[in-house]
Amino acid sequence: MSTVIIQYNAGNIQSVLYALERLGVNATVTDNVEAILAADKVIFPGVGEASTAMAYLKERKLDTVIKNLQQPVLGICLGMQLMCAYSEENNTNCLGIFEEQVKLFIPTDQTIKVPQIGWNTISNLKTDLFKEIPENSFTYFVHGYYAAFGIHTIATTNYIQDYSSALHKNNFYGVQFHPEKSAKVGEQIIKNFLEIS
Amino acid sequence: MLTKRIIPCLDIKDGRTVKGVNFEQIRDAGDPIELGALYAAQGADELVFLDITATVEKRKTLSELVNKIAHRINIPFTVGGGIKTEDDVSTLLQNGADKISINTAAFLDPTIISRFAKNFGSQCVVLAIDAKCEADNNWYVYLKGGREKTDKLVIDWAREAVELGVGEILLTSMNHDGTKQGFALDITAQLAEILPVPIIASGGGGTTAHFYDVFTKGKADAALAASIFHYKEIAIPDLKQYLHHKGIPIRL
Repeated sequence: MSTVIIQYNAGNIQSVLYALERLGVNATVTDNVEAILAADKVIFPGVGEASTAMAYLKERKLDTVIKNLQQPVLGICLGMQLMCAYSEENNTNCLGIFEEQVKLFIPTDQTIKVPQIGWNTISNLKTDLFKEIPENSFTYFVHGYYAAFGIHTIATTNYIQDYSSALHKNNFYGVQFHPEKSAKVGEQIIKNFLEIS
Repeated sequence: MLTKRIIPCLDIKDGRTVKGVNFEQIRDAGDPIELGALYAAQGADELVFLDITATVEKRKTLSELVNKIAHRINIPFTVGGGIKTEDDVSTLLQNGADKISINTAAFLDPTIISRFAKNFGSQCVVLAIDAKCEADNNWYVYLKGGREKTDKLVIDWAREAVELGVGEILLTSMNHDGTKQGFALDITAQLAEILPVPIIASGGGGTTAHFYDVFTKGKADAALAASIFHYKEIAIPDLKQYLHHKGIPIRL
């Protein structure tokens, strides 16, 4: 099985690579279109800013490539947000794989910090991505924008309000949290993704 | 619900953990990777590695160490110590660090903060402040590992730094550090109330009750400690169970 991590101008790519290595999986980090198309599994990671990332993907025609992938694809954090229709982060039109919109957290009082940084629970878990993951498991989040609820929501988290902490449509999966930094729970979620056919 | 974080801190010199550690379960108690992995397995929410090496070889040994840590550890970690340039940050992040922490260099040249935030994102820029309460009852910023006093009030520096783009503040009270008499609740709460970024409290944690206090009265988002974990005075699972039973949102 070949696994590709899409290389673009976003952070945390190494962390995803190392997390796969800990699971005994050798992945390739690349922006080469042929290599991405030929892979059995594609991971679309990312920590960064939406408009800059989208501009970079468009410039390299990776936006069209990602949208049309047929194999299982896992977007992580910014990767998941870019798979949505639109992000309020610098009014960015994204890939539109998921119809859900990405919005800025608006604190309801002064004690609430944005971005959300830390461990929070995931609930209402659906699909094989969360196989053997107990309800209300903890995962690690770092984000100032969130994907709203929608028909593709397969996990929810509460911060200020309930939002989509994971999305799924056809062969596309997205998680807002960082499975590569979410201890054993995260490792199981990555394993589950690699077992999806 | 977002949980409060427990963060063990490891001081590193020439690639080894200093301040002493006392663990039988691990082969080499001075090896920061082994110790970090043990804490991660015990339920630590994040780790901080602070490099206090003074040699010119520092940069290379630190990035190699960060790379090894990133291969081994499955929770987020911050690296600090002598970080001054975009190159420093870029190297550490590329080797797998999640966040970097800056202190004296940012105070001497605050544009570092905005440059780092712009290039790497606020979420990975942690500002460490060494704070000391003086006879006039004001908290002042200290530099160079606490050796040099400034005339700047902690509250003013923290505000400025957040405006420039730091994503978190690691506040160490020099009055409390090493005393095991509890965290500096007043200044921690003051920063937590006025700043829109998370506050990590450091210095003085000696009992489980001190952690309860810093999350309630101190309003901290995270608490950091070193020797009480290294010397097994408090075990992380026991601390987290205690906090959970006391009603603090915590990851078990």
